[in-house]
Amino acid sequence: MAGDEQTPRPPGTRPDDAPTLPAVGVVGLLRWTWRQLTSMRVALMLLMLLAVVAVPGSVLPQRPQSPADVARYLEDNPGLGPWLDRLGFFDVYASVWFSAVYLLLFVSLVGCIVPRLRLHLRAVRARPPRVPRRLERFAVHDEVVTDATPAQVLAAVEPVLRGPLARLPRFRTEVERSPRDGVAATVAAERGYLRETGNIAFHLALLGILVSVAAGQMLEYRGQAIVVEGRGFANAVTDYDTFEAGTFFDASTLVPFTMRLDRFTADFFADARPRDFVADVTLIDPSTGGEPRQREIRVNHPITAGGAKIYLQGNGYAPTVEIRDAAGELAFAGAVPFLPEDGVYTSRGVIKVPDVSTGPQIGLVGYLLPTAEVTPLGVRSVFPQPADPRLVLTVWSGDLGLDDGVPQNVYELDSEAMTQAVDDAGTPVTLVVEPGTPVELPDGLGTLTWTDLPRFVALDLRHDPALPWLAGFAVAALVGLAVSLFTPRRRIWLRVTERDGRTVVGAAALARGDDVGLPDELERVLRAVRDLDEGRE
Amino acid sequence: MSLGEISQLLAWGATTAYAIALVAFAMDLARLADRMGVERARAGRSVLATAGAPGVPPAADDAPDAPAAVLASRTRAVGIAMATTTAGFGLHLAAAVTRGLAAGRVPWANMYEFALVGALVAVGVFLGLCRRRDLRFLGTIVVGIAVLALGVGLAVFYTPASAVEPALQSYWLVIHVSIAIVATGLFAVSFATSVLHLLKDSRAAGSPRLAGERWRALDVLPSTRELEALSFRVTAVGFVLWTFTVMAGAVWAEHTWGRYWGWDPKEVWSFVVWVVYAAYLHARTTRGWSGRRAAWFVVVGFATVVFNFTGVNLFFQGLHDYGGVPGGS
Repeated sequence: MAGDEQTPRPPGTRPDDAPTLPAVGVVGLLRWTWRQLTSMRVALMLLMLLAVVAVPGSVLPQRPQSPADVARYLEDNPGLGPWLDRLGFFDVYASVWFSAVYLLLFVSLVGCIVPRLRLHLRAVRARPPRVPRRLERFAVHDEVVTDATPAQVLAAVEPVLRGPLARLPRFRTEVERSPRDGVAATVAAERGYLRETGNIAFHLALLGILVSVAAGQMLEYRGQAIVVEGRGFANAVTDYDTFEAGTFFDASTLVPFTMRLDRFTADFFADARPRDFVADVTLIDPSTGGEPRQREIRVNHPITAGGAKIYLQGNGYAPTVEIRDAAGELAFAGAVPFLPEDGVYTSRGVIKVPDVSTGPQIGLVGYLLPTAEVTPLGVRSVFPQPADPRLVLTVWSGDLGLDDGVPQNVYELDSEAMTQAVDDAGTPVTLVVEPGTPVELPDGLGTLTWTDLPRFVALDLRHDPALPWLAGFAVAALVGLAVSLFTPRRRIWLRVTERDGRTVVGAAALARGDDVGLPDELERVLRAVRDLDEGRE
Repeated sequence: MSLGEISQLLAWGATTAYAIALVAFAMDLARLADRMGVERARAGRSVLATAGAPGVPPAADDAPDAPAAVLASRTRAVGIAMATTTAGFGLHLAAAVTRGLAAGRVPWANMYEFALVGALVAVGVFLGLCRRRDLRFLGTIVVGIAVLALGVGLAVFYTPASAVEPALQSYWLVIHVSIAIVATGLFAVSFATSVLHLLKDSRAAGSPRLAGERWRALDVLPSTRELEALSFRVTAVGFVLWTFTVMAGAVWAEHTWGRYWGWDPKEVWSFVVWVVYAAYLHARTTRGWSGRRAAWFVVVGFATVVFNFTGVNLFFQGLHDYGGVPGGS
């Protein structure tokens, strides 16, 4: 170890074994493989590889983030696409090759850290290395001659080396009195054990982060619910629009809280960029007493209910419409969420009317334009606020296909068994609806009245029990990293001899790696010796 | 004239001052090299050896160090360079402050502002380090990067000051982005140092392309060993801050998007940056990979940092689309 004292050794210091010739036999081969895997060189290769294999995920569309983009890519690249798909390029971070690299890296890490932990535990209890024979050999060395006795010198030096905390001394110090003839005492001191402690803590914390992420994915649940102003939501799997849970999630552990969206406020800049979104809700949470409480959900400020966090993820309009069928009976009344497709809330939606008393079922497909502008080319929305809203709908009639029990997307119309209403010229009929004014549906299907325009919010609910662990390991990793990089490893040696009735203190200091503070550290110790003379005069 | 326009004028002023400083720094290096050539011709090839520390393997550092006398007697150009850099820094700081006041928030929410404040931090780190040690030789590169960042920022990324959208309304904007900017500034300084390290090392190793008179200025620089040590120290601080940036980003993502990590392009590239610099720290301790090869990691690392800032915002669709560049995604 002494030979490489001057080579810089930042974190991730590993025994850098020179390649050894493989021993004969299976055990030998395994051992050789293991040694290679846990060597610094292979760890370095794996790190470089990890950086490289992470890149495709940012270049190609990824299925977990944007399945629609993946589908489009496959359509546009019929030759290359399927091959990339087979090789896992559309879900890079769950692919075999990406997993293989980081798992090998972690195996390598464990194989390296465990022996180092053992070595470090031994080193922490070891004595500082003995005082070298020739101190002037070192780059940082000094000598002080004083009138004080050797005992006084030692008494002056020791508190400086110890520092203010007796329990956590700056230096581990070993004093040897009269080790040999002509030498009154030697002092060997070493500091910086925390460097390796921090390094090991950092790497173990990374392992902890990996385990926490994996545990979180098995125990979490995440769901999305669309709630219209004035309506409520109950925390049950059936009330979610989408719900995903980890393998070990138990649905019976859902806390049955309920929530009502009292009001949603959206604020925009003049150029239609969003300024602020606030959802005012009333929450009844049995886990906190069951009293109704007013809460506010904003984009960056989720609320917590029943152990889950509730995020404001999206918003839009849900026009309330009343539809009377051909017989004049009320066939539909309710709010229908229209999903915004751009910054000015051009929103697409489908109104399905299955419960008609007579005639065919009705489907209405189209757009909501919050501030409509009529141009010769058509109608478009110019601002996200509902200053002059219009519904632009096309009309279908026939069988909605809801009765065969197959679940359907509420935002899509299955037009297979339906026909579109057309005018005499054969072009599809487009209804432009204003709020409050009843509109006759074509072909005598009935009437539609747009009564109100409440807003809806899309809420994400998420519970990940591993989050506190993850946070803890992240903090540990950061602290360990900083300690391992910024703790200096220094040794200081003093040799105290008596010559002609005076005391000569020879001193040297050595650091691991480049260390600009080393001369100052030695000077701090020797100043205590020099001060002995000044006090005397 | 609005506060935002004043800020823009100040930024242009800072760019001009830095450009002048850049020329002066380059002249200083050239003159020093001239003078050292004379000095060396006079003294034969007497080389001031640093006190060789025991146990040091004779590093690949055969390059003669600049005679201390030459380094100490800096030219007048360097005085001008430091003065204009300091003046430019003042204007630059004022530009950042007025930009923040004009927008009514911290001035680092889009690409222009990130370039503005990132360059400010790089120059600030440079000036700060110069107070303690003579690092004026780094001036050409650091100020060069600042001129480039400000110029590109003003010419390409510029958007008028305005408030930010709901997703950015969080104190994490202050924490996450400011630390990211500081880390970027530090990485820029370590990149500058490592580039000089590589050039000087190549010249010392007799590279024919760097043997010419034009590269004489490299001889004036501190030894490759000192350059590599400096680069490591700055990178180490940058790496810790980048680790913090990634973690703070994860916390913010958890607050805003309901997940701490989602492999968004910005997240992917922040991860790549982190891994490359981690590889650098490991390479420094690996036999056969320290020295020159390790320095290349700093170069590659900074390239990923720059790409993460520019390429990811301009080429990829992601959640970090706050660049605000007209015409950009």
